[in-house]
Amino acid sequence: MTALGILLVLVLLLVVFGLLFRLQILTSIFSGSSTREIGVSNRVNAILFIIFLVVGGSAFAWSFVDNFDAMNPPIASVHGHATERMFWTTMIILGIVFTLTQILLFVYSYKYQHKEGRRAFFFPHNNKIEIIWTLIPAVVMAALVFAGWKEWSRITGPAPQNAVVVEVMGKQFGWLLRYPGRDSNLGVVNYRLIDATNDFGLDLSDKSSLDDITFPSGELHVPKGIPVLLKIRSRDVLHAVYMPHFRVQMYAVPGMPTKFWFTPTKTTDEMRAQTGNPKFNYELACNQICGRGHFAMKLNIVVEEPEDYVAWLSQQKSFTEQNPDVLASFKQKSSGLTPKAEAAPAAAAVVPAAKASL
Amino acid sequence: MAANLPTHAQVQGGIGVTEPGHDVHEHHDEHHEQSFLQKYIFSTDHKVIAKQFLITGIFWAILGGTLSSLFRLQLGWPESTLEWLSPFLGKWIEAGKLNPEFYLALVTMHGTIMVFFVLTAGLSGTFSNFLIPLQIGARDMASGFMNMLSYWFFFLSSVVMFLSLFLETGPAAAGWTIYPPLSALPQAIPGSGMGMTMWLVSMALFIVSQLLGGVNYITTVINLRTQGMSMSKLPLTIWSFFLTAVLGLLSFPVLFSAALLLIFDRSFGTSFFLSDIYIAGQALPNTGGSPILFQHLFWFLGHPEVYIVIMPAMGMVSEIMATNARKPIFGYRAMIGSLLGISLLSFVVWAHHMFVTGMNPFLGSVFMFLTLIIAVPSAVKTFNWLATLWRGNIRFTTAMLFSIGFVSLFIAGGLTGIVLGNAALDIQMHNTYFVVAHFHLVMGSSAFFGLWAGVYHWFPKMFGRMMDEKLGYVHFWLTFLGVYLVFLPMHYVGIAGFPRRYYSWTGFDTFSQFANLNKFISVAAILAFFAQFVFIFNFFYSIFRGRRASENPWRSTTLEWTTPVVPGHGNWPGAIPAVHRWPYDYSKPGAADDFIPQHVPYSQTQSSNLPYEREME
Repeated sequence: MTALGILLVLVLLLVVFGLLFRLQILTSIFSGSSTREIGVSNRVNAILFIIFLVVGGSAFAWSFVDNFDAMNPPIASVHGHATERMFWTTMIILGIVFTLTQILLFVYSYKYQHKEGRRAFFFPHNNKIEIIWTLIPAVVMAALVFAGWKEWSRITGPAPQNAVVVEVMGKQFGWLLRYPGRDSNLGVVNYRLIDATNDFGLDLSDKSSLDDITFPSGELHVPKGIPVLLKIRSRDVLHAVYMPHFRVQMYAVPGMPTKFWFTPTKTTDEMRAQTGNPKFNYELACNQICGRGHFAMKLNIVVEEPEDYVAWLSQQKSFTEQNPDVLASFKQKSSGLTPKAEAAPAAAAVVPAAKASL
Repeated sequence: MAANLPTHAQVQGGIGVTEPGHDVHEHHDEHHEQSFLQKYIFSTDHKVIAKQFLITGIFWAILGGTLSSLFRLQLGWPESTLEWLSPFLGKWIEAGKLNPEFYLALVTMHGTIMVFFVLTAGLSGTFSNFLIPLQIGARDMASGFMNMLSYWFFFLSSVVMFLSLFLETGPAAAGWTIYPPLSALPQAIPGSGMGMTMWLVSMALFIVSQLLGGVNYITTVINLRTQGMSMSKLPLTIWSFFLTAVLGLLSFPVLFSAALLLIFDRSFGTSFFLSDIYIAGQALPNTGGSPILFQHLFWFLGHPEVYIVIMPAMGMVSEIMATNARKPIFGYRAMIGSLLGISLLSFVVWAHHMFVTGMNPFLGSVFMFLTLIIAVPSAVKTFNWLATLWRGNIRFTTAMLFSIGFVSLFIAGGLTGIVLGNAALDIQMHNTYFVVAHFHLVMGSSAFFGLWAGVYHWFPKMFGRMMDEKLGYVHFWLTFLGVYLVFLPMHYVGIAGFPRRYYSWTGFDTFSQFANLNKFISVAAILAFFAQFVFIFNFFYSIFRGRRASENPWRSTTLEWTTPVVPGHGNWPGAIPAVHRWPYDYSKPGAADDFIPQHVPYSQTQSSNLPYEREME
């Protein structure tokens, strides 16, 4: 019933607008203004452009300043500071170009609005200015490309030798984590071995997988000040590891492991103090559409002092320790080729890199 | 070139030589009554086909806009109930909440509809068809029949895509870029079942339509230009349509191949894009494929596609600006050169969509370099438009307002491309709302503004009547304001790192600080959408009741304005006029009027001829 009422009101409103519109046409015909080729509205539009420039421009500037803090997630990685500087340098250059061109556009529109008796200036081309304004953007672009290329090469270059390795595996809809254990080698995985328990598909006939520590859920722990190499894979569809505070992003691709390394600069606690938010957490988000739960693929990241990180890691149990039955079934399958090394207690599993820095 | 020849034979092209009898045009007068079906439905007349494209495009635009309003409701008010939508959306509203998979379907279909059905078919389908024969001086397209087929393939493709909206499992929902494996596996998302199949079928039909159209546009421009219409006398509109068609012809087949391989992966067990997948408790047999390969194929079309969308708008804006500033377009040759530059470069920048997909970083460096080069021709175009306004005598017709709006939005959206083209900065910005804001300004809104400018400008030639200028002004100002209110704040959200295609951000502390701004964006978007009904009313009202137009209401120089108010089949009742000069002789010193049409020979304008033109008198 209310729907019918709303519909009726809408229809009546439309009729009223239609009648008003018709009335306006008739009056303009009657007053003769409809036959004038260029009337008052030309001037009104010209003035509106200036108002749009001034009011719109100020509103933009105000809202930008007002939101500036909110739009800058605090930075917590070494390369993040570099890209952030480059981002805002680029934005300043763009801002200047934006402001100048928009001012010219609207001011010209106003200034050169139609005037009776004036004739436009016949100015078909001028090679000199055209060359100048081709060269200037070309030079600016070249500078930006060069800076960007240097930074990009640094970021995507090989990870330092002492990097801590962590594997992140995306799945619908969550993240699995794997640490290499004391041998600091991630063991071989095979997607055909994945099941409810062995959710990484660890191939336990490979020695180096015996001490791997896996987490079906939980938090990503990384040490502060030490390079972290994320090895990224996916076991179903595309996902993307996106860690906005660290300026890190890389797709997780089924069948093609990817990687990204970065060096955290602030522990979670330090960031909590800095932001004044005791509940602050670094977050890892999925940033490539992956299905129903795409928006909820969150993983908290804990950045710790290296000694805390080592202490935390030493308390973790390896996959084989937690699932001796899986190991046993592997042994059965490949009897005769049983790996010699027994699952070492992961209590001592300290990444050499972390050890070295202590 | 002594005088206006009474008849002419085609001189440039070897193929399209027209017989004199054709030109005298005795059989083109409408002495044989066409049936309704021949005249309006299965028409081979380029002008009718253009209108068919336009009206189908308007239908799709309303639908695409509605979808965006729906997901903006979800984003603006993630906590409130949407129960009131259940009469329309049925089971997609679950306990007052939008189904998250349907949300993804909305986003996917909005993108697909807007990019392909509105801004490709609706924009270049309408204006390439309408303007190419009229502006180059041809009776019709090279093949009217193929042209008709082009529309009807598009129609068929539209029907398939439209029907997919009503499937039990929902339409395609893997994003408009349909990256596999998500788009290949119905286990991953229900929209990848029948919905994706129909998406692929529809797109295959769409590509056929594009190719039929494109071949026609190219052939027509090369072969059917009237006497004197050399390539260096073509209006910029035609240059842009021509190059757009070339881009489409070279890039759409690659999308077709990607779609074909995807169909094979989906239905016939191949592994082009699939490898090492464990899903729904099962390891799939596929190995060796690469999802990244699909992205390369997709963006090999996808990037030229954004220029397919924007170049026709650039051409029309150049034309409309010159006409209404009463000034020649500044740097006509530079404008053509930059169009050529953009066309060429558009084929070698595609992987800038893929910097962080795991592609070799060295490739990333190469594509960053090539991408930032493309900013140069775009900058040249912008400066030339500004220089065209300088010392003009501007009439603010609605078309002119939209053209100025186009330049403003193109600058605003284009500049942020320089951030995104920089691989080091793209690490943070990739797939955030910064990207969404960027491309909605530079190709979405700008191309729409070009489309509107074109409709307002050529409406008199299409329907013989004028659109209402006052309503046009209201439409322009509401839309211009609306677009900025939506997309400027969206940059802030993007810089903060908000991921796109998120059903809700409230689960993340990092992303939940902008609830108010999101509400603001949603309100602005929905209002701007409703403002479009002013245009739709104006459009349909003016077809029937608009003020009657004259032959050349804008006092323009190009050939379409030499036809009767409503050109009939064959466009010119008599001989096709020959062309003597470039299309931008506005406000030429010494001329009696402030414009000299292209068909006026130099011998008639001795007072205004420039020194080098004297020889041609």
